[in-house]
Amino acid sequence: MRSKKTTRDFGTDSYAGPLLEVNDVATHFKTPRGLVRAVDGVSFTLERGKTLGIVGESGCGKSVLSKSIMGLLPPRNVVRSGSIRYNGEEIGSAKASEMAGIWGTEMSMVFQDPMTALNPVMKVGKQITESLRYHLDVSKSFANETATELLRSVGIPEPARRVSQYPFEFSGGMRQRVMLAVALACGPKILFADEPTTALDVTIQAQILDLLDEQQRERFMAMILVTHDLGVVAGRADEIAVMYAGKIVEKAPTRALFSSMRHPYTEALFKSIPKLALPSHSHLESIPGRPPDLVDPPAGCRFAARCPYAQPICTEVEPPLIQQDELAHVAACHFPVGTEAGNEALARNKAAGVVAADSKVGG
Amino acid sequence: MADKVKVEKAATKKLGIAGVLSLAWMTFVSLVAFLAPWLPFDDYATSHLEALKVGPFIAPGFPLGGDQRGVDMVDKLVWGIRNSMMVALGAIALGFLLGGTAGLIAGYFKGKVDTVITGAMSMLLAIPQLVLAIALVAVLASPYIGSDGMNQFPSNGRKMIVLIFALGVVTAPVVGRITRANTLVWSQRDFVLAAKAQGAKNFRIIFREVLPNVAPAMFSIALLGIAVIMVAEAGISFAGAGLPADVPSLGNIIVGGQSLLLLGTPHIVFEPVIVIFLTVTSLNFLGDIVRARFDVREAAV
Amino acid sequence: MAGSGKAHLRDAHAALLRVEDLLVEFPVGRSGLKVHAVTGISFDVLPGETLGLVGESGCGKSTTGKAIMQLPAPTGGSVVFEGKELTGTKGRALRNIRTRMKMIFQDPISSLNPRRKVEDIIAEGLSIWKLGTKAEQQAKVDELMLDCGMDPAMQRGKRPHQFSGGQCQRISIARALVTDPKIIICDEPVSALDVSVQAQVLNLLEEMKDRYGLTLIFIAHDLAVVKNVSDRVVVMYLGKICEVGPPDILYSRPAHPYTQALLAAIPVPDPDVNPVDRPTLGGEIPSPVSPPSGCRFRTRCPLAQDICASEEPIIHEVSAGQYVACHFPMGAGDKLPMPTATGAKEL
Repeated sequence: MRSKKTTRDFGTDSYAGPLLEVNDVATHFKTPRGLVRAVDGVSFTLERGKTLGIVGESGCGKSVLSKSIMGLLPPRNVVRSGSIRYNGEEIGSAKASEMAGIWGTEMSMVFQDPMTALNPVMKVGKQITESLRYHLDVSKSFANETATELLRSVGIPEPARRVSQYPFEFSGGMRQRVMLAVALACGPKILFADEPTTALDVTIQAQILDLLDEQQRERFMAMILVTHDLGVVAGRADEIAVMYAGKIVEKAPTRALFSSMRHPYTEALFKSIPKLALPSHSHLESIPGRPPDLVDPPAGCRFAARCPYAQPICTEVEPPLIQQDELAHVAACHFPVGTEAGNEALARNKAAGVVAADSKVGG
Repeated sequence: MADKVKVEKAATKKLGIAGVLSLAWMTFVSLVAFLAPWLPFDDYATSHLEALKVGPFIAPGFPLGGDQRGVDMVDKLVWGIRNSMMVALGAIALGFLLGGTAGLIAGYFKGKVDTVITGAMSMLLAIPQLVLAIALVAVLASPYIGSDGMNQFPSNGRKMIVLIFALGVVTAPVVGRITRANTLVWSQRDFVLAAKAQGAKNFRIIFREVLPNVAPAMFSIALLGIAVIMVAEAGISFAGAGLPADVPSLGNIIVGGQSLLLLGTPHIVFEPVIVIFLTVTSLNFLGDIVRARFDVREAAV
Repeated sequence: MAGSGKAHLRDAHAALLRVEDLLVEFPVGRSGLKVHAVTGISFDVLPGETLGLVGESGCGKSTTGKAIMQLPAPTGGSVVFEGKELTGTKGRALRNIRTRMKMIFQDPISSLNPRRKVEDIIAEGLSIWKLGTKAEQQAKVDELMLDCGMDPAMQRGKRPHQFSGGQCQRISIARALVTDPKIIICDEPVSALDVSVQAQVLNLLEEMKDRYGLTLIFIAHDLAVVKNVSDRVVVMYLGKICEVGPPDILYSRPAHPYTQALLAAIPVPDPDVNPVDRPTLGGEIPSPVSPPSGCRFRTRCPLAQDICASEEPIIHEVSAGQYVACHFPMGAGDKLPMPTATGAKEL
């Protein structure tokens, strides 16, 4: 089914601003229990060729955010608001038919589970060329050559033979490579990678992350790398946004984030990771309790109930994202870690015997 | 670990208007069926001259009219419902006892046991079910030569039991296959392995771990099954293998009335048909509601 | 890494559990082919020790755990628990052993029956063996719920779907503890959990281990998690043992090329470690239906020589307490060569 491109042209490279500007984006789901505020006011910008890592635990809204930006959520029972500007053009309220011109050519996505993201009854070559032929209107033989070339570039051996195989004939890691080839086929400017390696073994994960890196550099493509693993983004993202309960709680250039974590949640998340460098049987610092219900989020800071720094104001006034020591480093906390106010708050809680860290109840 | 939006399923859902009506109808029908002997209804053999071939809402005291012998249609339907329900409930109970047990055993133990049981069920399913039921009735409830050398006719009670048995046998493989499929799914869950790892015996695991999870789906199947069997009973009546004419069932009332369908008394046919229609529809609705309601929500991790 | 051999086994009388030449094979459909899930591995666990079994998917670590429980019984080899041979034990005797040898599973949702109340789930072990009166069982359940960080009064009567993943694992731990087991086999108990919750559960396991004098076999794919809880680590690959040793030694100077590659592949939460500078393994894990001859790791090993294809390496000691199954073990400071191409090699 060939249809000519009818949508707007987004490829204006003359636009000097950031490639992607996300401003106060909210995505709520209507459910029988009430409105679930999965993403609740998120803003960031992404420059050409850069990588933004979005980190958070289950249910923090990180996957919903990327799907929402790409306009991939079903229209039913979803309420979106806020502004999303791609190359200077507003796409936040674009219809699916308008977004079709963006998908593949401007933005693409790689998912966590390649088995469900790939069509099991279609040859992988066809899956790659489909988007090519739809968007770029190229000849069949040219598309086939490109498919083979793409498979080669994502590190699939014998690409000429493999183009005519089905997804089940590939291993997990190879399938993820195929999905990347599908995503890259039309030369997108932004790649959303949603937990691309979570389902893979560590040695294969390393291969795929290296491949993403390499492809990104070669194509000067921007990337949004969504993951639950701080380790995955540490060496690969230029900037990291930490999400908690539908909001960005801290955002900073990677080095700045790791050298001076300002939000207690970022710190707690980092501390709870078992590290290879630590001797065995070292006590791990866990975060007590569980994230709030997004149908009825608490007033004030959403992390307050689990936070060792929390003071009375934290449950009343929501802290805004404010600049920390570095220009690009923002955190939403009344008592940022490592600052005088933060140290004082922590000391006060300790003195009062309020030790939120590692309380046994909850989880 | 994707961000899942937890949607509370039907547990919080209201019955809905269809559900309420279905429940009301089934309650009414069940009460009538069970309490018929104690309610002030006439015997279904009592004729009333003034009700002879009278349509509904004509003769005072006979709101649903009377049949070709002057029997009050209300009386006839009440006893018909009672007998049809007894047949349907009996058959479904037997079907579940046989099929459910076989399905649980096949799905839980798998391997050779499964091959044998599934094979047997497939063979039963291969025979058209109505034909099988009629054949069973024909073999088990036909006249036979008694010790005195005379033709003996089986009693009405025996006929009903044979009919229940035949319909139950026909139901068993269908129920068995569904039970087996459900059991296969549930017995692969880790909690079954966990029970084994604690030293539980197989039958304890089947009853405590598997059955409670399989049962809700089966209960909704049972409701649909009752509906299917009520229709099947009518079908068998048409083939002449149903309950005898002097034991009214919804099926044989229709059969008895069909010859008069075009002779000014269509209500004899239409009234039981409406009862069957309402009952089957209600059971279908309730089956869906039951299934949705027992769907245990499993919170996302 | 076809690591056979028993050099790393310790005194048979001291061990609580001793596994020798464990063999687990599954038929592939009706093709006559076999999955060689676990091929001749041996290890032992001393009382009070935590043994970590680590490796990638398909290495046979979970299969090993289940084979120890005889769920199902292994194809070959011996499993000796408390001086008693488990293979061949059947019926009541085997079921009885399962009161002293418990298991915790990966999936917190799947491993709890959604239709049963938490108190019944935890008490099941007592109920099966009719241990104690109803009141005694109830008291034990309450005590364990408290120990595992739950509130018995509030949560006793709830059902699993009302709990988060972390809490479900707490219920699983309580269920395992109810019959005072000697050993608990933990099969990826924290893999399905978020990191912050994972830490809670790991800490709880350590705490329970001390309180109840447990011995643990901890199966996981996450090397950092395994290091955190283990006294001894066994690294597995494709149904064989590569390397055995105390975690602090094994992680600081891995002798097996696979151990080193595995460690190098872990994403470190430190921006100063450039992941691209570290050696990555090319290729993929071969099919366990037709594993490579000789050392099973040779197809991906940057150090492989001809002998690795023809001869299976035997486990031997390379430093105090550190054992490796490799023809060319790496010394301290040796580094794997960097791969030549970033793409995957066809095997």
